[in-house]
Amino acid sequence: MRRTADERMLLELFRTMVRIRLAEESLVDPILSGEVKCPVHLYSGEEAIAAGVCAALRTDDYVFGTHRSHGHYLAKGGSMRRMIAEIFCRKTGCARGRGGSMHLVAPEVGMFGAAPIVGGTISLAVGAAMASVAREDGRVSVAFFGDGAVGEGVLPEAMNFAAVRRLPVLFVCENNLYSTHLPIRECRVSESIVDIAAPLGVEGVCVDGNDVLDVFEAASRLTGRCRRGDGPGFLECKTYRLRGHVGPDDNIQGSHTDIRSSEEVEAWRARDPIPRCRKALDALGVGSDVLDGIVRAAEDEVADSLAFARASEFPAAEELERYVYA
Amino acid sequence: MSMPETRQLSFSLAINEALHQAMAEDPRVILVGQGVKSPWYVGNTATGLLEQFGPDRVIDTPVSENAVTGAAVGAALAGMRPVVVHPRMDFMLYAFDPIINEAANWYYMSGGAMSVPVVFWGIINRGGEQAAQHSQALHSIFSHIPGLKVVAPSCPADAKGLMVAAIRDDNPVVFVDERWLYRLEEAVPTGIYEVPIGKARIVREGIDATIACFSYLVLEAVAAAEILEGEGVNCEVLDMRTLRPLDREALIASCHRTRRLVVCDVGWRTGGIGAEMVALVAESGVGLAAPPCRVALPDSPAPAARTLERAYYPRSETIAAAVRGCL
Repeated sequence: MRRTADERMLLELFRTMVRIRLAEESLVDPILSGEVKCPVHLYSGEEAIAAGVCAALRTDDYVFGTHRSHGHYLAKGGSMRRMIAEIFCRKTGCARGRGGSMHLVAPEVGMFGAAPIVGGTISLAVGAAMASVAREDGRVSVAFFGDGAVGEGVLPEAMNFAAVRRLPVLFVCENNLYSTHLPIRECRVSESIVDIAAPLGVEGVCVDGNDVLDVFEAASRLTGRCRRGDGPGFLECKTYRLRGHVGPDDNIQGSHTDIRSSEEVEAWRARDPIPRCRKALDALGVGSDVLDGIVRAAEDEVADSLAFARASEFPAAEELERYVYA
Repeated sequence: MSMPETRQLSFSLAINEALHQAMAEDPRVILVGQGVKSPWYVGNTATGLLEQFGPDRVIDTPVSENAVTGAAVGAALAGMRPVVVHPRMDFMLYAFDPIINEAANWYYMSGGAMSVPVVFWGIINRGGEQAAQHSQALHSIFSHIPGLKVVAPSCPADAKGLMVAAIRDDNPVVFVDERWLYRLEEAVPTGIYEVPIGKARIVREGIDATIACFSYLVLEAVAAAEILEGEGVNCEVLDMRTLRPLDREALIASCHRTRRLVVCDVGWRTGGIGAEMVALVAESGVGLAAPPCRVALPDSPAPAARTLERAYYPRSETIAAAVRGCL
């Protein structure tokens, strides 16, 4: 029984991660060719976090993201077609071409938006949790942010306020060890971030962010506490981005910014969450035909989404000032 | 149509009544901010709300303007209608990110998918030798931002009606008021009503000059008009009430009648909303009989010493002198 449940869950997590990875990698050529011009922050390597956390959520739970939120959007259930169309800035995009890659939104599945102001959505997630309490509707709110956001004053403000009011909010720190170009050891004295949680009265857990089951189980436990009224949680997920901060190769040795060593990148590539998940599924006896089928279906979905985006029109110039006011 | 039932009510209690009635009308309305439990912070504007609506809807907060204002924005995204109060507007500067980057832009950058019905209420708390960080009027900064609406009432009836309108509006609205107005008593309708956002009000009709003003300076403008009446000059006092969007039509129509314009801004002169008002009239092509004039704070931080304060804040005589200069 236990094994069946694990297998089904793990297959779902695998499917989510593969969809994210293939969508991300499909953007590399359009970015390099200039077909996609808006700033794109690829999530490759960090998929286990979005997949694991969002699998612990209900559809009506709230997620708030960052500049690097393609994975959060897809894992929460947003349409891939509308995401790729938004990255291509087309009028069929999820933000009608007004937002681009950094402002993905799908309120119908609880993806409440994303913003590139570092730390900018953390307090919004706290407020959505405040709404849950006022309405007693049992929803949990998740703020995704990177290790860079730990330098913003709004994070401890938001954690303290959430703890004082025992709000159902989960703070998820995707610690990929670099704040754009700056290694974490130059940003903080301690490489451990989760230690900031306890003094503020927030339940903190640190996991291997490249192990999707670890992420899922920790997120399930912390969101369970939230739903019981036991207050906010903080989940630090140690991970690494396999692509640049923005664009495919920025910040990787050999590129013009030359920040991270190839050895370091390769060492983390060996911990890629997707092959690790596949290995676990192999060990459970899931046939490679099943796994290959998942990959093929994702490839088809990505191809369809790219075609949809390319066939879509840009917003018309006459519509420039639409959507300034509701 | 019968006239609504009214009675004398102070400016601060008119806001209190707006909050009571809006919260009773709509369970989505919540009040958040520092000091909503304390008359020391917010006067009597929050009297009775906690007892009536409970601690999940009347939320006093730690001193964390950025996170708390952002939480109000997040609650609005999640379907509530929060009012977040900043008992001193100067502290709102900590909350520029949630107000400007997030709330003002969210509807546009989500392509209309998500609106942000939140009220950012900032109280100008000047005078009393409180100096530069306890006195600032920052309405012009917010008036610069697309996506925000900005209102600045001058009388109790407008304070109530504009607060109700701001709460019911689907957009982020900055509600700016002044402590100097809180004890002002006038007739206020008893029921719940809206004063439309974006509509100016002629406080006093006149034919010789238009004094376009808002917030506390409406009182000084009316006093100036009374001084000038004794000199045979008949001023029209136009209370703009909303600073974004400005009631362009009312402003231009008044100037068309009077051919003279003095604008009064409770903030600084340079780059202020008063300058925008003059620009709107200039662009309209209305032929003024004399150059327009701005009455505003000098381009200096607020001082402490009472001698300096007296020189800093415009009064009725300042406005009257400006009008005389246009005649």
